[in-house]
Amino acid sequence: MSAPDWLLTEAPASRRQASLGRWYRNWLVFRRNPLAMIGLAIVALLIVTAVLAPVLPLQSPTAQALSQRLAPPGAQHWLGTDELGRDILARIIFGARITLGIVLMVVAIVVPLGLLIGTISGYIGGALDVVLMRITDIFLAFPRLILALAFVAAIKPGLESAIIAIALTSWPPYARIARAETLTVRNADYVKVAKLQGASWLRIIWHYIVPLCSTSVVVRMTLDMAGIILTAAGLGFLGLGAQPPTPEWGAMISTGRDFLLDQWWVATIPGIAIFAVSLGFNLLGDGLRDVLDPKRT
Amino acid sequence: MANDVTTAARAAAPGQIFGAEFAYELIRFLGTLALTLLGLTFVTFVIGRVVPIDPVLAVVGDRAMPETYERVRQELGIDLPIYQQFWLYLTKIAEGDFGTSAMTSQPVLHDLFQYFPATLELATAATLIGVLLGIPLGVVAATHQGRLIDHVTRIVGLIGYSIPVFWTGLVGLLVFYAWLGWVAGPGRLDIGYDGLVEPVTGLITIDSLLSVDWDVFKNAIAHLLLPASLLGYLTLAYVSRMTRSFMLTELNQEYILTARAKGMPERRVIWRHALGNIIVPLITVVALSYASLLEGAVLTETVFAWPGLGQYITRSLFNADMNAVLGGTLLIGTIFVCLNVLCDMLYRLLDPRVRP
Amino acid sequence: MSDPILEVENLRVTFPTHRGDVDVVRGVSFSLGRERLGIVGESGSGKSLTGRSIMRLVPPPGRVSATRLALLGHDLLKTSAKEMTRIRGKRIAMILQDPKFSLNPVMKVGHQIEESYRLHADADRGQARGKAIEALSAVRIRDPEAVYHLYPHQLSGGMGQRVMIAMMLMPEPQVLIADEPTSALDVTVQLQVLAILDDLVRERGMSLILISHDLGMVSAFCDRVMIMYAGKAVETINARDLDKVEHPYARGLIASAPRLGDDRPELPVLQRDANWAK
Repeated sequence: MSAPDWLLTEAPASRRQASLGRWYRNWLVFRRNPLAMIGLAIVALLIVTAVLAPVLPLQSPTAQALSQRLAPPGAQHWLGTDELGRDILARIIFGARITLGIVLMVVAIVVPLGLLIGTISGYIGGALDVVLMRITDIFLAFPRLILALAFVAAIKPGLESAIIAIALTSWPPYARIARAETLTVRNADYVKVAKLQGASWLRIIWHYIVPLCSTSVVVRMTLDMAGIILTAAGLGFLGLGAQPPTPEWGAMISTGRDFLLDQWWVATIPGIAIFAVSLGFNLLGDGLRDVLDPKRT
Repeated sequence: MANDVTTAARAAAPGQIFGAEFAYELIRFLGTLALTLLGLTFVTFVIGRVVPIDPVLAVVGDRAMPETYERVRQELGIDLPIYQQFWLYLTKIAEGDFGTSAMTSQPVLHDLFQYFPATLELATAATLIGVLLGIPLGVVAATHQGRLIDHVTRIVGLIGYSIPVFWTGLVGLLVFYAWLGWVAGPGRLDIGYDGLVEPVTGLITIDSLLSVDWDVFKNAIAHLLLPASLLGYLTLAYVSRMTRSFMLTELNQEYILTARAKGMPERRVIWRHALGNIIVPLITVVALSYASLLEGAVLTETVFAWPGLGQYITRSLFNADMNAVLGGTLLIGTIFVCLNVLCDMLYRLLDPRVRP
Repeated sequence: MSDPILEVENLRVTFPTHRGDVDVVRGVSFSLGRERLGIVGESGSGKSLTGRSIMRLVPPPGRVSATRLALLGHDLLKTSAKEMTRIRGKRIAMILQDPKFSLNPVMKVGHQIEESYRLHADADRGQARGKAIEALSAVRIRDPEAVYHLYPHQLSGGMGQRVMIAMMLMPEPQVLIADEPTSALDVTVQLQVLAILDDLVRERGMSLILISHDLGMVSAFCDRVMIMYAGKAVETINARDLDKVEHPYARGLIASAPRLGDDRPELPVLQRDANWAK
């Protein structure tokens, strides 16, 4: 039996085969969507360059060479240099590490927090549910960008504050999704069976409910990443995110502003990077949603 | 049989719609609004308290006598327990006292009224552009599902979701102002036109029309065109995508089949019956995008030197003028929250299915 | 039988799937005079799609083909989309299963009925309104003025279906296709709605195609019964000869229906035969 046949069999012999088979089937559907594949390629490229940045044959992203400041794109500097003579290509690639880092950190805070609040709220119900959901709704109705702005301004401009500020305003949708999914399964027979067998509520939430939320959360997360990247870049642009000389894309646009008319590449190239990466996440998320969550398309 | 006629008819009697249930709905709405605004003020209060700047020093300056320092400290209520401080903050806000801006030495409230119309003008123009183009685009995409126009709409939407707006602003200025000269540059008016029309509404396009000054109007439009189009594109992306998805759901409903079976021309089926059913959720979408444009102003206004709230907030930020920052945040936040909560209310009032 | 009003010959409805085209209706033929024809079959037998293809309302990507599909000698497959809108409603009308979903939820029912009238008649709002109220009383709604102003969700199922009937009969079509018109209703209301439908069809001399899964009901209300299985018309028989039906599927259906005064200890279960679908 060939590998695809083994994966596509109507009668899987084990749980692992069944679950691998389902992944494979999803992959077959996903693969047919060219836009989603482009998204996947962009995201993969982002991850690979971010990981490999230190070993790539690049110039230093921070070494200044004032003799070569504001050099246009050419053989020596493929994407030109900035006002301090730093190689823009190197800064873009090292900036990918920062962008990816921000996204991962925010997600690492937001997803568990949202899942925790949502599942507990949905599973326990009652007054706790009312209170938690009221708080969620209040946060959901907040202006995210401007609160993040005020928050960062109040604490201390920098990468960490930016991450915390974005995270603090991004968790409510996850809590909502997790709660909705919890409500649909909490009275399912298999949950009742687990309860009868004496499983604690924590165990039920973790082993029986959270896995079922995962597809919707993954879809939402991928689509959110573009938003996180844009917010982080916006904070960077305003000088509230990563501080110089860190090669953060938003901050790079901000410095490039002063030379926009004569040295357009300094400000435009980081913007293209932000756009490409956000688009990649959006395309990927869109494709994932078609596959994993067809009812919501 | 006869029973269901009368009960149904009674349920529909117009007086009933605005009766006790309506009052309940109104109270619920006001409750939600109050609670959310309280949450918002609390958050801004907390943000204001974590600032590493000493609020007393900000008032008295660092060469003040210890007695003065102590007096101001008590006036500001720094000694009080935190909940009393919050109460003090709330009562001050209720009186419209947001403190004084260190940057402009004006009461923050005064500044806010000064800067707000510019933001309002920009956001409204952008929303108009986005809605007028976005809804038809979404409808056409849904009725041509899987065809070229649908793919175009999808890509237009995805690009709108992915674009850093401050960057598009810069590139737009570079291309359309610096290179092509199609639009006017940063700001709301050319310097020569400043102060020519009496500010009535604060919206220059409207004010210039009121005083029938076509030159000012044309200049204002030339300045408004680029930022409003770029922001309108964001609205268009969101609105067209949501319209498409709402329409697809509706077009699969049985009542659409009924309408076709009645012999209704397809155009009327789509634009009257299907679209008529999604107007209410669309209002929500439009209101939410309007709200996000208001807060997105902090980025665009910086780029376009647009003298609105966003620019006021960001400039205050760099002058460590926390009163102004928090006042602006609270104003935008309040509008944002009101729009949010209002949408929910409108939804319940306009849709006959959920109408109380 | 008089001249046929509707002729259907070798009707096919095809849906493309990723495993190739699938015929959902496979060569159905019948002709309809001034009579009441019942089409009976289980879900998925193609009976609803047969009704919809007559109105050319099969949802894409489904395709309809037939050797002949004609209304009063007029080829429906060659009719332009624009002309079809003048035939739908005016010549052939259709009643759907569940008024909860088949009426526009945000329009007052009165306006929906008026609309149906004004699509095919040159009338102003006032006239249409009078007609609508008339139509509501024709389906035995006692307080038509009040019901006129209601929204669909304020109606009970039986009321909703009567509104639907009133609306569809408004332009006085020659053929009415009723697709499971009572399946979503309470049992007690079913008979009332059917009686109203029956009266109106008789009164106006319309042809009726009654699509249902309920063999008993169809045979009680129709002149002829066509039995469909897996996309094919397996047998057509006069309603009063139903007990002489030959096809084993139909026999099985009749045998498995409970009867008053039955002393069978167990109802027989329908034994399917793969050959029926061939």
